[in-house]
Amino acid sequence: MKKKGVLFAAISGSALMLLTGCSIPQKDTTKYKVAMITDTGGVNDQAFNQLAWEGLQKFSEESGAEVSYIESKQASDYVTNMDRATDGFNDLIWGTGFAMADPIVTISKLNPDISFALIDNQVPDAPFNVTSVVFRAEEPSFIVGYIAGKTTKTDKVGYVGAVRTDTSMQFEYGYAAGVAYAADELGKEIEIQMQMTESYADAAKAKAVASKMYSSGCDVIFHSAGGAGYGVIEAAKEWDRYVIGVDKDQSYLAPDHVLTSALKKVDVAIGLVSGRVMDGEDLGGETLSYGLKEGCVGIPENNPNLTPEVQQAAMEVMEQIHNGEIIPPKTEEQYQEFLSERGLYDGKQ
Amino acid sequence: MENNSAYAVQMKDITIRFGSYCALNKVRLDVKKGSVHAILGENGAGKTTLMNILYGLYQKDSGEISLYGKTEEIRNPSMAIAKGIGMVHQHFMLVENFTVTQNIILGMETVKGAGILDMRSARQEVEDIVKRYGLQVDPDALISDISVGMQQRVEILKALYRGAEILILDEPTAVLTPQEIDELIGIMKKLISDGKTIIIITHKLKEIKKSADYCTIIRRGEYVDTVAVKDVSQEELASMMVGRKVRLEVEKGPAKRGEVIFEVSDLDAMDERGVKVLKRLSIRVRGGEIFGIAGVDGNGQKELVEVITNLRKAESGTVKIHGREIQNTTTRNTMDSGISTIHEDRQKRGIIPDFTVADNVVLDTFRSGRFSSKGILNKKAIGEAAENLLKEYDVRPNGCKDLLIRGLSGGNQQKVIIGREIANDPDLLIAVQPTRGLDVGAIEYVHKTLIRERDKGKAILLISLELDEVLALADTIGVIYDGAVNAVLDRKEANEENIGLLMAGGTLHE
Amino acid sequence: MNRTMEKLLKKPITATIVSIILGFIVAALILTAAGYNPLEAFGALLRGTMGRPKYVANVLIKGTPIIITGLSIAFAYKMGLFNIGAEGQYIVGSIAATIVGILCDFPPAIQIPLIIIAGMAAGALYGGIAGYLKARFGINEVITTIMLNWIALYLCNFISQIAPFYKTGTTGTYAINESGFTVLFSKWKTSEAAADFIAGHPLIGDMMRTDFNIGIFVAVLLAVGITFFLNYTAKGYELRAVGFNKEGAEFAGISVKKNIIHTMLIAGALAGLAAALNITGINPHNISHLAMFEQNGMNGIAVAFIAGGSPIGCIFSGLLFGGLLYGGQSIQYEVGAPSEIINIMIGTIVFFVALTKILPTLAEYLAKRGETNA
Repeated sequence: MKKKGVLFAAISGSALMLLTGCSIPQKDTTKYKVAMITDTGGVNDQAFNQLAWEGLQKFSEESGAEVSYIESKQASDYVTNMDRATDGFNDLIWGTGFAMADPIVTISKLNPDISFALIDNQVPDAPFNVTSVVFRAEEPSFIVGYIAGKTTKTDKVGYVGAVRTDTSMQFEYGYAAGVAYAADELGKEIEIQMQMTESYADAAKAKAVASKMYSSGCDVIFHSAGGAGYGVIEAAKEWDRYVIGVDKDQSYLAPDHVLTSALKKVDVAIGLVSGRVMDGEDLGGETLSYGLKEGCVGIPENNPNLTPEVQQAAMEVMEQIHNGEIIPPKTEEQYQEFLSERGLYDGKQ
Repeated sequence: MENNSAYAVQMKDITIRFGSYCALNKVRLDVKKGSVHAILGENGAGKTTLMNILYGLYQKDSGEISLYGKTEEIRNPSMAIAKGIGMVHQHFMLVENFTVTQNIILGMETVKGAGILDMRSARQEVEDIVKRYGLQVDPDALISDISVGMQQRVEILKALYRGAEILILDEPTAVLTPQEIDELIGIMKKLISDGKTIIIITHKLKEIKKSADYCTIIRRGEYVDTVAVKDVSQEELASMMVGRKVRLEVEKGPAKRGEVIFEVSDLDAMDERGVKVLKRLSIRVRGGEIFGIAGVDGNGQKELVEVITNLRKAESGTVKIHGREIQNTTTRNTMDSGISTIHEDRQKRGIIPDFTVADNVVLDTFRSGRFSSKGILNKKAIGEAAENLLKEYDVRPNGCKDLLIRGLSGGNQQKVIIGREIANDPDLLIAVQPTRGLDVGAIEYVHKTLIRERDKGKAILLISLELDEVLALADTIGVIYDGAVNAVLDRKEANEENIGLLMAGGTLHE
Repeated sequence: MNRTMEKLLKKPITATIVSIILGFIVAALILTAAGYNPLEAFGALLRGTMGRPKYVANVLIKGTPIIITGLSIAFAYKMGLFNIGAEGQYIVGSIAATIVGILCDFPPAIQIPLIIIAGMAAGALYGGIAGYLKARFGINEVITTIMLNWIALYLCNFISQIAPFYKTGTTGTYAINESGFTVLFSKWKTSEAAADFIAGHPLIGDMMRTDFNIGIFVAVLLAVGITFFLNYTAKGYELRAVGFNKEGAEFAGISVKKNIIHTMLIAGALAGLAAALNITGINPHNISHLAMFEQNGMNGIAVAFIAGGSPIGCIFSGLLFGGLLYGGQSIQYEVGAPSEIINIMIGTIVFFVALTKILPTLAEYLAKRGETNA
């Protein structure tokens, strides 16, 4: 009896809400609105999502646009959150993280009047209202690889990745090519140890992997393992060796041990693209590739652990990439080509 | 009566309600200092409730308590302990894998500086108390290794260690062997001579006669009378308790023995630790007779029942009913072969306390075509079967079939179990301690039922630690000692002396 | 007054409702302390769960898997088993459902049942492992299921990265074939005819924009079915008997070991079903690399707990949870308060439900005081 009562109350309550609560509000056309949907890392991931949100906030300050974000807890939230953002009269909706590609395609088809943008992945056969933004991550990777090669004393360096994808391979091959390039300059052979953690979150595993590398003689390790990468930085502190950070300047995590970081300036890219879309430029269906030239990748300005000579040499390499003299490889094929063209030693293990 | 310091405990007009149910109504109790005072009443009469109030576990709704002539408020057990009241509950509250000493000092640990346990002085103190009252226990034994009688002593020691002057014992003899009961009475005498006061809750008339000085009778939450035990007979006490005349003797005609229905031959079995506990045990039970197994607890009774009911593996030997072997099969097979068992541990083995009475009635038979078809329970048939059983066995309260069985008194729970097992129409009915914890009225009923079944030609195997019960009921008596039935006597040849001797491991010489 | 109060306090549902209210109060205090207007926040929560038909649909969608994992846990608990492993059973269920959904492509009438059976079978098997270990060797199911959860997580990560399932450029597998979708009107709603219909019926149309699927109906049917099973079938009787009193049931000829295994099989099948329904019912219709548990099983524990172990209660507590999880994002999105507020709120509710055992005591106290006053 009681149960029936509750059931009835619940049903009638929700029915009432349905009938009364459905006055759909109208859009305020004076404001330009941008929203972003994070992946499961959340907005405080100290990395990609956080950087994206910082970029949007900066964009808001500069342009006066209204910005907001929605965090995803599960992969199945992506579409729902995307859809929720479409209710808020947003003009532009960002998906951060490469897992957002499919959800964006799904939702963009239902909302032809809204612009969508995806950062760090590209949508094949993109709908007319979806813009993809990718980074030439091989460029900063090449630079940090070069720095690693110049810095190592043991002639052994390491790379810790998370999961092998097209995007993550940019780091891997860019880095390896940079190391080889430096080795050639120094006239020696440098060994590169590589391993995947199979997880963006398993810091413990990443730490174990890094410890193994350090114990076998590596004195610089580059990681592109997202949150798991903290384990690599921890290992660097314990072994008192160098680590190279990723995505943003990670030197604050271990000031004495972070050699430099391979930056993906997500914040810059997001601000840039948001501005272009807001100004009415039609970028729909396009894939924008951002690198050194656009100021969207690089290394930090201050690298206290770098010797001035290495810093100087790195700057020169950066310039060479900028003007096209060096095109860092991002696939296995390009990597092999890069090595054979220049007669470099392949230190990949 | 005015407050009087000659009385250790005086409780006046104690009333307590649980919801709308009045558990005690203006009950009084006057316990003379230095006496053994029994509180007598049927199960559910309110004896334990009254003592729980004295011990601070329940709060009275009205009434007054005074100790040694001084009015006191006892709001919780710690206050009771501080005022020198100790209580030994029917169900012991001991930590199984602690030693005796550890259990005794639990909550009262003496510590040296820095919170380190001073086990040595604690142990010394325990030993002193042990010596003083002749409470033979090994202070270093684990609780799980000692007998129930020993555990009870530990409980008494616990109370004494906490400085109890007034000791409440709740049904202290329910779990003891005849010898242990005598020892307990001896201990009580020593305590009294040391100036302590003892209150025992019981419904066993014989023990009241043996041990108590005074007796207060309570019936259904009402005070009946307080008498000096030496002035009354057991029969008088019984009728005051039940409210009508009862017969303490079991009336039965001679057994009409039939064929051997049940036979155990050369049975061996191990306990959990791999120690052999049944050693070539053999018995034969005929239709139409009650075969009583007498013995001190721990001589293999429990294991014998478990092997028969297939809860324990037989190492060798056979268990046969109608010549068919059933050992090392399943419990279900034992039941299907025509054996029903009334287990000694009602709460644990006999019922599902959180099921309704009706659901408990069909515990063995819910799968049968009568109560379920195609896996769906026939609630109507179950309800009807329950109603019939409740009527037939006079289970109280009336119309309780949809109540949880845990709310029923022990006697009524036992009636449900007995009714259920007999309804299976077994060829062999095993009754293990069937009257344990029951009051006089219920005992009478159980005994009558067993005899009635015997007279129908069933074989009855009665296993009881109470020699009186075996002597009263059995037609043939087997004495179990150290895992074997050493002697089988016809009831006519048996008496308390020769059975007692056999129970202690002796032999009879012609 | 006191009499009614006493009666009310004794009802378990009262305790639950009081806990939920307390949960909201605590959340309001924290919101205020953090400088947000709690009324505004709760307004956002309400709008975010019931403001539009599609939000209601999304709450139902979000609630479905945790209602079912809640049922799995409540069911096992009736037998005295604590199925922490619903999480792992859910994961293996989703793996099996995805594999079958990708590899097979039959007409929906075959494909959908096939995927669902695969999910249930995988979950059942996985739960059965813990059940078998418990029955055969007496290993505590809490420990085995916790470990199995991790194995499931890594298995998921392994399967989602290998051929032929891995979809390049993503973190997960391909979606299952469309014939396995249980989204209602999934094909029709993108058609031309549907566009007209949606335009003409904004309320229903709005709801159809979501992945509204058969899951919630299955969940409700299951809750009813399990209630019936437990109370009206011989097997249910057996399970409850074992749950209440193992020794007693054993003595009555009921096999405890067999029932432990059966229970874990059923509990696992339920969790696997929850997964299969999600794979067939909602985007992205696949499994992907898991950085951590998605909490479908763990939330189920809280759902079952708040429901007081009642299968029917699981529907309501599951929807409450679904509402909080889904609508909670509105608090963050509209008001800007961190979404952790919702987690705090859920934690508080569970905490107070655990505390509510004191309410009947309070009722008794009131009754006593009433009498002395009278």
